[in-house]
Amino acid sequence: MSAHTRVGDVLADARAEGRAALVAYLPVGFPTVDDSVAACRALVEGGADIVEVGVPYSDPLMDGPVIQHAVEAALERGARPRDAFLAVRAVADAGAVPLVMTYWNLVDRYGVERFAADLADAGGAGLITPDLIPDEADEWFAAADKHDLDKVFLVAPSSTDERLVSTVRACRGFVYAASTMGVTGTRGTVGNAAEALVARTKAVTDLPVCVGLGVSNRAQAAEVAAFADGVIVGSAFVKVLADAPDRESGLDALRALAADLAAGVREGRTA
Amino acid sequence: MSAPTDLPVQALTAHRGPYFGRFGGRFVPEALVAALDELDREFTAAMADPAFTAELDHLHRTYSGRPSILTEAKRFAAHAGGARVLLKREDLNHTGSHKINNVLGQALLTKRMGKKRVIAETGAGQHGVATATAAALLDLDCVIYMGEEDTRRQSLNVARMKLLGAEVIPVTAGSRTLKDAINEAMRDWVTNVADTHYLLGTVAGPHPFPTMVRDFHRIIGVEARQQVLDLVGRLPDVVVACVGGGSNAIGIFHAFLDDAGVALLGLEAGGDGVDTGRHASSITGGLPGVLHGNRTFVLQDEDGQTVESHSISAGLDYPGVGPEHSWLHEIGRATYEPVTDAEAMEAFRLLCRTEGIIPAIESAHALAGALRAGQRLGPDGIVLVNLSGRGDKDVDTAARWFGLVPDAEQTPAVTAEGTEAGDR
Repeated sequence: MSAHTRVGDVLADARAEGRAALVAYLPVGFPTVDDSVAACRALVEGGADIVEVGVPYSDPLMDGPVIQHAVEAALERGARPRDAFLAVRAVADAGAVPLVMTYWNLVDRYGVERFAADLADAGGAGLITPDLIPDEADEWFAAADKHDLDKVFLVAPSSTDERLVSTVRACRGFVYAASTMGVTGTRGTVGNAAEALVARTKAVTDLPVCVGLGVSNRAQAAEVAAFADGVIVGSAFVKVLADAPDRESGLDALRALAADLAAGVREGRTA
Repeated sequence: MSAPTDLPVQALTAHRGPYFGRFGGRFVPEALVAALDELDREFTAAMADPAFTAELDHLHRTYSGRPSILTEAKRFAAHAGGARVLLKREDLNHTGSHKINNVLGQALLTKRMGKKRVIAETGAGQHGVATATAAALLDLDCVIYMGEEDTRRQSLNVARMKLLGAEVIPVTAGSRTLKDAINEAMRDWVTNVADTHYLLGTVAGPHPFPTMVRDFHRIIGVEARQQVLDLVGRLPDVVVACVGGGSNAIGIFHAFLDDAGVALLGLEAGGDGVDTGRHASSITGGLPGVLHGNRTFVLQDEDGQTVESHSISAGLDYPGVGPEHSWLHEIGRATYEPVTDAEAMEAFRLLCRTEGIIPAIESAHALAGALRAGQRLGPDGIVLVNLSGRGDKDVDTAARWFGLVPDAEQTPAVTAEGTEAGDR
């Protein structure tokens, strides 16, 4: 039932290889636009299959402290929404599939149709919209259809069965399962809410389901890979970048973490 | 002379969200949708339940002091073109402002939903104090999020909330003011939504908050409309209120929405002047966008990043506005104008000196609007003003503004403090 999409293909290929995909997030503009573009490339070199390029927003109410601080710093240094397209292009050129993750007002102000056109021009595959639910997304549906872009909406443990059905129906590419109730950030345990949510979601769709919120290390990646089509990691990468003493060691550390997590998503199915 | 008592079926008052024209809606994480649906259901059921409305009415009469009285401000009116100026005295409510109306309603609803914990945002501290008050009365755990900068500026209100048993969490993210406190409260809510109600303090946020908070404040206008009729035998020419998020304004406007002969005037915080960029006039100086879960007028830059607001009044210092106001502006039913800090403080001083009433600085913006409206109307005019809060909390700010405190920083220092709080 899912349309043929680049994101869908990557996830299908991973499934055929008996593994989950690694989906990595970084915000553009942190610590600088140039560095963040290099960082997105490093994620791909380390083994990320899909890269979510975050767009810094002044009021990131779904994000925990690590990402909040990074996007604040990015904004202070003048990061703009259009900078995301530079990172998108870099990810595409490096051979992975780029998505953009953004709060809705930035797209609203940019112009939904124009944002979609520029995203497609840059080689982007679609959008993840943490504060846009399908109920409010008519304009985005039209633009996404016109430019052949994926529409990734979130489902949560609190989603009712009816909303799971209506949300997955609106998705294209994959379904983003927000594994725990809460904001972004690394957690000691991923918890069994994720597995239950994935099972409920898979009961109502053939689309791939990727799990985000909380994964930070290889063991957790393997744990999630056992039941999800993709493992989404964000704050852990941002933290590596924030803690790095200089650009080169930051990029090295990103590659190393991506490689470690890429190994994790390959261990899950046999664990 | 007598006002219509039957409202037309196609009434403006019948609008209930999620949308007010193109404004409103729900721009929220999916994780919150189930809780918003539950809230919508429970609120609708509660308002149709005589036991619930009777309990709320009982608290209004025996706890917060409703109905609030109407005071004719004759000496003040001499400065308002000779028009009659009638003050709706929400400042006399328990906790000192209209905020208690909404807080009691939502706190009762929290009990009804079986939740044991409320969280709230606060800027100046008035909504936080009101929420802590209701939580104490109804035995609810209470956490208040307040920008770190605001906890410093409003340390007495922090103490009040703590005395009432609330935990106050200073928010260090972003600009450390009200909008960041809302972000942090939303983060708490999405994490703890199973046992927690977010007791939002204004007519903004995702549906059903704009409708629900309005309905809990509707009583202001319902009472005032009848009080004006009883006193002067006709409806007022204009109803005047200050607008930050806009809860007191919608509360007094709503009962008049279908009275076509009654003008509605909302006064936004003009700060140093809208043309300076240092203001909180979302409708006058903002653009439609999405903030805190609804589509409305937002102070934002060309990229859609929220721009920090500025006002001497912490309660109006918010870069958005309730979606129903955006709609009333768009259809031309209400008019919104800015009032600068200086104009507001002049009206503040005038009410103190002429009527012996120290208003909240928020409400002083409405008083400045009343002076304007009265001068436009002349001696035959009748101006109804929502005096939404009392000024006890603002004595320190006012004393500095007017240079009444020995060795205190003078006016520019107050403004400078606002700058420090506001700039990123």
